[in-house]
Amino acid sequence: MHSFRFLLLASSFVILSGCASQKKSFDYSAFRESNPRSIVILPPVNHSPDIRATYSFYATVTMPVAEAGYYVFPIALVDQTFKENGLPTPGEMHQASVNKLREVFGADAALYITITQYGSVYSVIDSSVIVSADADLIDLKTGKLLWTGTATASSSEGENKGGGSITALLINAVVKQILGNIGDQGHSVASVTSTRLLSTRENGILPGPRSPDYYTQANK
Amino acid sequence: MMVFLKRMSFFSLALFFSGCASQKSLYYWGNYQPQIYQMYSEPGKAPPEQQLIKFEEDYQKAMAQNKRMPPGFHAHVGYLYFESGKMDQAYKNFEMEKSHYPESSIYMDSLMQRMKGKK
Repeated sequence: MHSFRFLLLASSFVILSGCASQKKSFDYSAFRESNPRSIVILPPVNHSPDIRATYSFYATVTMPVAEAGYYVFPIALVDQTFKENGLPTPGEMHQASVNKLREVFGADAALYITITQYGSVYSVIDSSVIVSADADLIDLKTGKLLWTGTATASSSEGENKGGGSITALLINAVVKQILGNIGDQGHSVASVTSTRLLSTRENGILPGPRSPDYYTQANK
Repeated sequence: MMVFLKRMSFFSLALFFSGCASQKSLYYWGNYQPQIYQMYSEPGKAPPEQQLIKFEEDYQKAMAQNKRMPPGFHAHVGYLYFESGKMDQAYKNFEMEKSHYPESSIYMDSLMQRMKGKK
């Protein structure tokens, strides 16, 4: 019974959050033309004061991109390869040439992530953990920008929006459950941010060749 | 109960990225991301041997449910075997990554080439 109720909550949340907003749509012509199959995700550059941010975020990025239908290179090995090639920090890794990346990994595209915020924000009433990040997808043959996006998540989201409406309550309940259960809050919020940032949604990345939506959405 | 909630939270994350389309996860994720996170956040607590035990369990469970392992999984497992000095198992897993995901061929070949030089 409990699990059924939770499922109901979870799916309502998806329905409520997933399909709602219609923003100005992104120009996908370069993305469609490039039609990447494989993506190497570089360790994120961190602009927050928390030194844990890079690898906390990096550990969450494979799932959304792989579920979007792309081959994602094994992140821990990718990181190791950069380090063995004399590039110990994400800042230096992001400077590597596209030719070099294509040669070493054989990847079609590279994803460059920058963490702009990671950690607690205190206000008079409450404190919350916020993780925000930007991402650029670059074609490794041409160096062209295929897609760019930004996302943010907060441990207290939903709490003060909608003035106690049923929608707000549902979102709040689910987000709290997601965030409350996995020890380290920064990492939990990071996984919500990366999922928002890197899944196939409005103005998100297009479905890749391994997605069942590839033919219906990527080529329209 | 905690384990159950934890699983449910992963499930809802899975729902997250499915967005509007009601599609199932393409892969069996198991411990892949959490182990990598632990490897970085508490390096002493995720030695190769321990990761390998978890990943072999994941692999058995996935096979039992007829699910695919995610991109990178076998490559990561291969690297852990390499670090443990088990070269046969390392190569076997790199080859599995290649056969499941031909997109990885160039990288897997170069990793295997480099490993031959090291051991």
